[in-house]
Amino acid sequence: MMSLLSMAFRGAAKSKVSKAVLSSRSYASFTPQATFDIKTVLTREDGLKFYRTMQLMRRMELKADQLYKQKIIRGFCHLYDGQEACAVGIEAAITLDDHLITAYRAHGYTYTRGVPVKEILAELTGRRGGVAKGKGGSMHMYTKNFYGGNGIVGAQVPLGAGIALACKYRDNNQVCVALYGDGAANQGQIFETYNMAALWKLPCIFICENNRYGMGTAVERAAASTDYYKRGEFIPGLRVDGMDVLCIREATKFAADHCRSGKGPILIELQTYRYHGHSMSDPGISYRTRDEIQEVRSKSDPITLLKDRLLNNNLSSVEELKEIDVEVRKEVEEAAQFATSDPEPPLEDLCNHIYFNQPPIEVRGTNPWVKLRSTS
Amino acid sequence: MAAAARLLVKSAAFNSSVSAVCGRVRAPTAGTSLIRLSPSCSLRLKTQTRHAAHFTFYSDPVSTKYGPTTKMNLFQSVTSALDHTLASDPTAVIFGEDVAFGGVFRCTVGLRDKYGKDRVFNTPLCEQGIVGFGIGAATAGATAIAEIQFADYIFPAFDQIVNEAAKYRYRSGNHYDCGTLTIRAPWGCVGHGSIYHSQSPEAFFAHSPGLKVVVPRGPVQAKGLLLSCIADKNPCIFFEPKILYRAAVEQVPTEAYHLPLSQADIVQEGSDLTMVAWGTQVHVLKEVANMAQDKLGLSCELIDLQTILPWDIETVCKSVVKTGRLLISHEAPVTGGFAAEISTTVQEECFLNLEAPITRVCGYDTPFPHIFEPFYIPDKWKCFEAIKRMINY
Repeated sequence: MMSLLSMAFRGAAKSKVSKAVLSSRSYASFTPQATFDIKTVLTREDGLKFYRTMQLMRRMELKADQLYKQKIIRGFCHLYDGQEACAVGIEAAITLDDHLITAYRAHGYTYTRGVPVKEILAELTGRRGGVAKGKGGSMHMYTKNFYGGNGIVGAQVPLGAGIALACKYRDNNQVCVALYGDGAANQGQIFETYNMAALWKLPCIFICENNRYGMGTAVERAAASTDYYKRGEFIPGLRVDGMDVLCIREATKFAADHCRSGKGPILIELQTYRYHGHSMSDPGISYRTRDEIQEVRSKSDPITLLKDRLLNNNLSSVEELKEIDVEVRKEVEEAAQFATSDPEPPLEDLCNHIYFNQPPIEVRGTNPWVKLRSTS
Repeated sequence: MAAAARLLVKSAAFNSSVSAVCGRVRAPTAGTSLIRLSPSCSLRLKTQTRHAAHFTFYSDPVSTKYGPTTKMNLFQSVTSALDHTLASDPTAVIFGEDVAFGGVFRCTVGLRDKYGKDRVFNTPLCEQGIVGFGIGAATAGATAIAEIQFADYIFPAFDQIVNEAAKYRYRSGNHYDCGTLTIRAPWGCVGHGSIYHSQSPEAFFAHSPGLKVVVPRGPVQAKGLLLSCIADKNPCIFFEPKILYRAAVEQVPTEAYHLPLSQADIVQEGSDLTMVAWGTQVHVLKEVANMAQDKLGLSCELIDLQTILPWDIETVCKSVVKTGRLLISHEAPVTGGFAAEISTTVQEECFLNLEAPITRVCGYDTPFPHIFEPFYIPDKWKCFEAIKRMINY
């Protein structure tokens, strides 16, 4: 599936250079309308930044896993480990002024959009300091220019196109990234959205994070065509190695330029993999083998790939990366402390934020005569 | 595709004998082979007790009316019902997201291996497609059993259910129908489900004549009512209280049996007050009835409505005529919930018999909250308070 072409390095063999020209791990396929050069430059600064962010996401998700198993996090929780390169690569190619919307596997994007780890973990544990005030839990995370965190599979994609429409109206040169998974790719509303986005030439980057399984169903068993990048038909598409952060960055850059130049929407398929099961109740091994997971971990782990690159090109040293690991661990540990000690939201919050209203409205409670106050 | 082709071939021969086959369901190996408790299952039960649930499950007294019984929990009794159906009805097919390997709640465990992957198969993740496909298969004569993974996910399929399935018979002048369609969906609060895994959408569908909406309160009812839904010649929506899947264990008849639709079940007879509920809430009210007996010396009559649409007006009204008081309770928000419909009807039919206003104890008019779930649900204390108010009215 994921073709593993060996890394090719150009130049930069001397010690501690600040830049290395790299070609990415696998080729992107493209429709005739869209081609781009896959050679790129990785600076030391970017490399370390990517490494830190990905490592932090990985630690955060493992912490969430642990808290879930201790029954401190309850309910539905979908972890992002294995797919870190997608979030980091996409964010590296756009700015925080651009817009992003994703589905329920939202923890990683919440972090890259600027929410501190402690607010993410506190949301998972349902505490006051959580990013959605502890009222949502996993899936329900939002911040500026990040529209969630959406639990209903596929429903976020039309929203993304709507956001792109607003960008076009405002003529502000911003783009919207609308993310969905291989499972959601089969929802009818995705195709309705393709049509509108292409018809109105919206600056929307549709990104399908194909992690090979829609819950427990392998893509081959769910999709008549697993060429997700071609399913826009009249929208140009790229297929990209979703484990290679540089490749994703370049593809997204290309896509963003395409959108900003007024050529309309573009579609990217990122071929990636999730290490955990779909959610916490799914052990993740009843529909795929342990060997398969192990193989991806050993051959295509996004963090290891980047680490090897940094080391092989003398952009960093083992010690330096270790240091980052220690910092990251500390940050996550402190965040977990906060997430387990912060108080729960006050009971008044139960009814707040149902409607926009001023002064407070009364909400019908247990029976039609018991009224609760709601403010927003 | 293979599955669809196969059932189309068989449908012609089967069409005329639907009721006959369902009437004499016998599957020698069914049930027993599927009721082993998996190790993870007993583990989950422990978790349930640690986080005290808001209700206590009251199992039905063991009845031998339908022959020998086996210990089953609710998901196993659903599996058993589906097993009987697949064994006795060659046109029956089961499909939905992840059902092939057992489904997220293990309701279809083992069925693919037993009956083949052309009869128990996964669909892509598209609820509208699942229901639309089910309507087509049912119209062509197959017994289509569709699973929507959570009742909260049924809304993308709302159009297909309300505009297509419910009205097919009416709009074709009885020329076509999709009566052999049954849609199953896990339903109701589960303790930690938050916004999208806890809702009770029965009232939305109660507004669609042509549909039948059924909610069981435990394993015995689940099997009997599900088999009735499958046999019924109208499209049925079968909501399974997901909190009961593992928590509810009782002796369930091993053979196939049918419990009548549109017939409420009087769980407990009483003379002072009538309480109506369905699903998990029946067990909450059962505890409330005991509390009312112990603390207030009241005799409460508890009715499990079972079928939401078309509902059993007669049983409820007869009871209210006797007791003069009615309390209705459901988890869905109070405004526009099905309790409103019951309340109005009873008020029209039994106005002069009423001793106190009909009282609803339901969920708040808020989205289903995450950590506030214990406050949101109409628990036994809220219901008990309501009873005190009614008695002192």
